[in-house]
Amino acid sequence: MTDIAALPADAAVAGPSRFAFSRILRRHPTMLVGGVILVVMAVVSLLAPWLAPYDPIELNVVDRLRPPDEDYLLGTDAYGRDMLSRLLYGGRVSLAVGLCVAAFSTVLGLLIGVVAGYYRLADALLMRVMDGLMAIPGILLAIALMTVTRASIEVVIVAITIPEIPRVVRLVRAVVLSIREQTYVQAAVAIGTRFPRLLRKHILPNTLAPLVVQATYIFAHAVLVEAYLSFLGVGTPPEIPSWGNVIAEGRLYVQIAFWQVLFPGIALALMVLSINLLGDGLRDLLDPRLSRRA
Amino acid sequence: MPEGGIVASPLLEVRDLVKHFPIRRGLFGRAGARVHAVDGVSLAIGHGETLGLVGESGCGKSTVGKVILRLIEPTSGTIALDGRDITTLDTGAMRAVRQQMQVVFQDPYSSLNPRMTAGEIVGEPFINYAIGTGAERAEKVAALFRRVGLRAEQMARYPHEFSGGQRQRLGIARALALGPRLIIGDEPVSALDVSVQAQVINLMMDLQEEYGLSYLFIAHDLAVVEHISHRVAVMYLGKIVEVAPKRTLFATPGHPYTEALLASVPLPKPRARRKRVTLRGDVPSPVSPPSGCRFHTRCPYAVARCAQEEPLLREIAPGQQVACHLR
Amino acid sequence: MATPVDAAPLLAVEGLRTSFVDEGVALHAVDGLSFSVGRGETLCIVGESGCGKSVSALSVMRLLPPPPACRVEGSVRLDGREILALSEAEMRSIRGNTISMIFQEPMTSLNPVVTIGYQIAEAVRQHEGRSWAEGYARALEMLRLVRIPEAESRLKQYPHQLSGGMRQRVMIAMALACRPKVLLADEPTTALDVTIQAQILELMRELQEETGTAIVLITHDLGVVAEMARRVVVMYAGRKVEEATVDDLFDRPAHPYTVGLMGSIPQLGSSVEEGAARRRLAEIPGIVPSLRAMPSGCAFAPRCPLATERCRAEMPPLEERRPGHRSACWHWERAAEAIHA
Repeated sequence: MTDIAALPADAAVAGPSRFAFSRILRRHPTMLVGGVILVVMAVVSLLAPWLAPYDPIELNVVDRLRPPDEDYLLGTDAYGRDMLSRLLYGGRVSLAVGLCVAAFSTVLGLLIGVVAGYYRLADALLMRVMDGLMAIPGILLAIALMTVTRASIEVVIVAITIPEIPRVVRLVRAVVLSIREQTYVQAAVAIGTRFPRLLRKHILPNTLAPLVVQATYIFAHAVLVEAYLSFLGVGTPPEIPSWGNVIAEGRLYVQIAFWQVLFPGIALALMVLSINLLGDGLRDLLDPRLSRRA
Repeated sequence: MPEGGIVASPLLEVRDLVKHFPIRRGLFGRAGARVHAVDGVSLAIGHGETLGLVGESGCGKSTVGKVILRLIEPTSGTIALDGRDITTLDTGAMRAVRQQMQVVFQDPYSSLNPRMTAGEIVGEPFINYAIGTGAERAEKVAALFRRVGLRAEQMARYPHEFSGGQRQRLGIARALALGPRLIIGDEPVSALDVSVQAQVINLMMDLQEEYGLSYLFIAHDLAVVEHISHRVAVMYLGKIVEVAPKRTLFATPGHPYTEALLASVPLPKPRARRKRVTLRGDVPSPVSPPSGCRFHTRCPYAVARCAQEEPLLREIAPGQQVACHLR
Repeated sequence: MATPVDAAPLLAVEGLRTSFVDEGVALHAVDGLSFSVGRGETLCIVGESGCGKSVSALSVMRLLPPPPACRVEGSVRLDGREILALSEAEMRSIRGNTISMIFQEPMTSLNPVVTIGYQIAEAVRQHEGRSWAEGYARALEMLRLVRIPEAESRLKQYPHQLSGGMRQRVMIAMALACRPKVLLADEPTTALDVTIQAQILELMRELQEETGTAIVLITHDLGVVAEMARRVVVMYAGRKVEEATVDDLFDRPAHPYTVGLMGSIPQLGSSVEEGAARRRLAEIPGIVPSLRAMPSGCAFAPRCPLATERCRAEMPPLEERRPGHRSACWHWERAAEAIHA
């Protein structure tokens, strides 16, 4: 028996890990840009109580509708509230809603999706329920929830999460169905792997990559939906400064005070863009077919 | 080594194995048509013996392997391992049996979980059966690595960092971990380059000597099967048409299909011009297999009887059983 | 003797070198490959995966991505005309017309949404400027030529309605529809069952006798080589290591790699000749070197039982060792000893 391993020629030795920082920088620069923007926006929003120059909800009639100047960097709104401070606090709402929606819909979707992918009977039932959920327009659901409960951020999160769940379920179910057919899953059964371990070590880890990517898209989408629900008055209660609320209030004065719409609009676009860039980069990074193209 | 076709006290005995896959149309579609993947296969493998199972794609040979492993449930028939019927064992009892019976798959790329290290993959059987402490397991895995010709330092690597041949060695190490008595090789060398294929075949033969393993070696390459097997069974459209000790089968093939298979293999001998029995047409669909002898639509010797009456396996020479009316 | 019949070969490849650029490093997938085929001749290129045999065919067909991702250098003369210098438009008129290619997996090269009759007719129409009716007539003729039963009704079928063997026949029909002078076949039977492979190989031989097409057959199967080739090129790690007539190659191989390949394949009928006892196969230890880490001397040296200091330091030139028999090995005379126990 000749020892194959003792030979120096080894075609299969891989280069540096595809997760190495320098490699990400070189191959996925847009992902890095997205990540940096998102981190900066997140940090600034989290530090809003310390960074904001004014109280975001304190009325100051004397200084209403002031254009950007050295006192108010981004101007003020119709009640004299500082735009910069409102944007900083508004970012917290967007981040909280985005993160919560992404987390809840991913976790619930993963659970339902795995069950649907593994049990034929549950599959038929669950998928019809999911089809039903998908048919409900998100705005109608939000309006309905708002009328039966008091407007709050929690209700907004629930209203956005519910229509997102079926998307995750469909993705997870499809991935689980394809992984089940993989030979390594059969091999695992053949070496006596019990079902919980099969799920934990073989099925879930291979489901996670597409799921993480999907979660970033849900995050970005939730930030946008929160904004338009608030803009339509069925989202975050008006006393809490969120970007959607700020734009909604500012639209009345857009002809004389454009900054009230422009700056929150830019903030919103920037956050959605940065999350999407991050998601695209993750997709390329986690897809072995794309990263193997060396 | 058993020379004859009948094994006295076999390690594995399969009787009248049938597997039909329903073809489903839609969610509540009537399961009318069925794929007759395996249609009444019986075979036996002795201790320390290699039975080669050959046939063309779609003949059901891989399904036979998976049904024996109970990775697919049989439609009917019995599977007995060392005299014990395992056909209807529940998941828990079957887990205990799996220690005796292992598998090596064809594709060294899809049979290893890409997100586990080589060491985790080979060591997983020990975790499943709670064998040894962490340190003992690591030592056992390292020993397995060395035994199949890999270095123990390679345990921390991921499957994509190995070549095809090395990955197949990992698959073999995993199959060996629990000390099985039977290994089912489902085209274990078909995806490998010839020079690497020779390494893996030699390794499998060495391991057989060392541990007294029995193999069910499923393949489509006749030369490889002849090389590694003691006896060979030939499958066509879900049925075994011939089984014989390899020397008998390759010297005096009994079934017209075996004969045609042997004549179709291009020989690496430039001047060896042989009598060619080029088969007409393609393998018929296993959804509606031909009546009578399933081979009659392509058989150069077929007579009227072949289309009407199904031939059964009969012994025509010591150990050689053939399912053909004309022998 | 070993020389081809025609003085001027139909396809002459000279010093072909194909490089892929990866992270600024040029990797030579094919390095200095030369071969030629004449009318009615079959040349086999044999080697294992990664030896550059498929890339060579794609280079000749000019089917690789354009620079800078990939560079093809050297000379490829088709019927006396240098085709590496042609424009893409000129190349399109030659491809499928003067020179065609069949691939291993027919499904990837047939258009799944168009009937096979249409696909063949379209090629004839484009290359020969004929009408649809003439194109379909040719398609029918070609399907009959490749012995497809009920050819008329098959014209209206889609690729997925055909079996693997039938698809490969359609591929061959398509490749031959414009009566090419040269046919490149890249593992045309590897995906097929042996009985179907036998049919396809026989068909290729018969068609060659009828049409005189020069065939370059790329394969890893020495059985196919012995059955089909007149001359053989053995490739290893992007280079030609041996070239000879098929009889010479099998009788007196002059490169340790060729010897190793022959020793590592199990022989059909071995049990009849040697008895039921099982023997070990000869192995070629180790694996093909990576393009990134080519040994400095002979690329085969790390796996070669005959390797000496000289082999590791100096690349052996490809030279004519016997009439018509070229080998790139310092120890070609002892090549037959190159068997690992």
